Amino acid sequence: MIANLNSSSSPMVVSMGPHHPSMHGVLRLIVSLDGENVVDCEPILGYLHRGMEKIAENRTIVQYLPYVTRWDYLATMFTEAITVNAPERLANIEIPKRASYIRVIMLELSRIASHLLWLGPFMADIGAQTPFFYIFREREMIYDLFESATGMRMMHNYFRVGGVAADLPYGWIEKCLDFCDYFLPKVNEYEKLITNNPIFLKRVSGIGYISREDAINWGLSGPMLRASGVQWDLRKVDNYECYNELNWDIQWNNEGDCLARYVVRIREMRESIKIIRQALIAIPGGSYESLEAKRINEGRQSPWNEFDYQWISKKPSPTFKIPAQEHYVRVEAPKGELGVYLIGDNNLFPWRLKIRPPGFINLQVLPSLVRGMKLADIMTILGSIDIIMGEVDR
Amino acid sequence: MNNDINLYVSWVNFFDFLNLLIPSISWEGFAKIIWILLPIIFLLLGATLGVLVAVWLERKISAGVQQRIGPEYAGPMGVLQALADGLKLIFKEDITPQNAQSWLFTLGPAIVVVPVFFSFMIIPFGNKIILANINIGVFFWLAISSIVPLGLIMSGYGSNNKYALLGGLRAAAQSISYEIPLALSVLGIIILTDSLSTIDIVEKQATHGIFTWNIWKQPVGFIAFLISALAECERLPFDLPEAEEELVAGYQTEYTGMKFGLFYVGSYVNLILSSLLVTTLYLGGWTFVVPVETLLDFFHVSNSDIGVKVWVGFFNISVTLVKAYFLVFLAILTRWTFPRVRIDQLLDLGWKFLLPLSLANLLITASLQLFFSSINI
Repeated sequence: MIANLNSSSSPMVVSMGPHHPSMHGVLRLIVSLDGENVVDCEPILGYLHRGMEKIAENRTIVQYLPYVTRWDYLATMFTEAITVNAPERLANIEIPKRASYIRVIMLELSRIASHLLWLGPFMADIGAQTPFFYIFREREMIYDLFESATGMRMMHNYFRVGGVAADLPYGWIEKCLDFCDYFLPKVNEYEKLITNNPIFLKRVSGIGYISREDAINWGLSGPMLRASGVQWDLRKVDNYECYNELNWDIQWNNEGDCLARYVVRIREMRESIKIIRQALIAIPGGSYESLEAKRINEGRQSPWNEFDYQWISKKPSPTFKIPAQEHYVRVEAPKGELGVYLIGDNNLFPWRLKIRPPGFINLQVLPSLVRGMKLADIMTILGSIDIIMGEVDR
Repeated sequence: MNNDINLYVSWVNFFDFLNLLIPSISWEGFAKIIWILLPIIFLLLGATLGVLVAVWLERKISAGVQQRIGPEYAGPMGVLQALADGLKLIFKEDITPQNAQSWLFTLGPAIVVVPVFFSFMIIPFGNKIILANINIGVFFWLAISSIVPLGLIMSGYGSNNKYALLGGLRAAAQSISYEIPLALSVLGIIILTDSLSTIDIVEKQATHGIFTWNIWKQPVGFIAFLISALAECERLPFDLPEAEEELVAGYQTEYTGMKFGLFYVGSYVNLILSSLLVTTLYLGGWTFVVPVETLLDFFHVSNSDIGVKVWVGFFNISVTLVKAYFLVFLAILTRWTFPRVRIDQLLDLGWKFLLPLSLANLLITASLQLFFSSINI
């Protein structure tokens, strides 16, 4: 058997996952090994398939919202955002400025949380266990912020068609600013620990290289695409919510390897903090205890009556009908382009709700990246792709 | 008159009073039998105690690094945690997987552990405090520790598991490629000392305290030895045979209960052994920063007093242990800071960097030694 290992005639077939200790979720990889070299790799999906798209077809949007956080359970705000954005665009519902800013703040916090929970497992995949504990320290604070605003840590159910479910509680904005002040030094701390570590650099630089053309042809999105030198960020391209009112840059890198993806994600965390800081200051209405109390106090002429200052517009009823049109809506999720193709038929329920999960599309490229690499590189490359099986299998 | 403490004579004398009580049994023979068994008991107890401390240190230090608390409830500060873990392992069901080669599977862990324990015999804790002062000391350790990869391959092959097989093969490749730089760096020390005995190696370093430690004469050898020893211990920058992220647990995958416990104990004993060896070979063994004689002179204490000798013995043991555990601390800190290297990078480091480095070191050491000895003549 040992002799066979070194001959290319009969590669050893190893089934990595779904219960491999470092496999992300319930992904299963059937790996053909020639000694330590990877001959081929075939991902097997579907262990976490729950029929999310079919479930959507007999739920109203509000009824469906609690389900969507289970797609990508680490970037929950984005799944909610896309679920409400789709019918909003379809029905041309305008949302108040304040709600839009709240959404942006929540989305960017969620992006940081998602990138943090990418960083830890990615480092663990390479063999460094310690960053995992550091990232949980910061992620916990984000989840505390989420909890105080939405009542839930992960499955918020916070976004609504036309706005958000509740205004920010008193003092939340200051706490969030505190978090921004706290978080940036921590990113520096990660970088001090990781970025210039020679073993880390040896493990990730030049590994899992994707050229610019390949990245586009495979339909990659998010940091996977930007790390290959494409400056494509839907927040800039599509101009949804109020991203164009804030001053920030697309983070990208030309290298196209695992290191580039690491660099892009680390920079995106810093950039998200930049966005959150501006949004917290620019948010219409600012931080106050209760808009409703002020508005009623000041009577009919109060500026707080204006549309932009409302945190929720005319609340669409639970029986909000989705117009008989179809539309593809997308947002820039931490993992890439999260899209929904929504077809309505003037009914309460969507006729069809097709999800385009970024992880699913990005995962396709894995076999072509790991072929010819070493066994240990599978984990590095898979880690750098950043998949969540909840959204891959849906 | 010989003023040295002769433990053997006092041990036999200890049984004299029994001779008076029950004269029918030959108590001297009894004492001799126990005297033969004593080193084994000392070795097992000492090494196991060392493991318990090392495991506790590992858990507490890793907890500190990761901003956790670590074991807390088993004994004060969780010092008994390792003991509790060990007890749990003893009482766990011992499973041999189906279709496993049960002979290889059972023998593997034992072959891994026994040589490591044996190697403790040559570790000196003081001038006379050593289990076996054999004149081939270091060579004995090099020879006996190369049995370990056999056990790893046996358990990897016998487990009937692909991950275990890969882990066993990795372990063999790693052990073989790092034993060579290890042996070459040790050779440098041997040339300097003109002896293989560990006692001689330390006494050669003992003349002027910290200034005569081998680390100053063999800095390159020290670094090569440190890296190779870390690789031999299979600890984190080099823990490829049991790389959790790739091979589940490598050759340990199918093991439970006390067989797994043997691997676990073996790895920590190996860590302590390596630290003790680095201490012995490079950091002056039992010698303190200032020679003990100087200290005694400073405090105007006579060296010939029995009580002082006992205290000096304890002092030597503590100095050795402090140095060794400092190295253990460094190894633990390394483990929880660095990522893991890849197998080809590991072998590259061993063959393309450490081997030429230690060879060059050996060459320079040998020629300098020749040069200086020719001047003296």
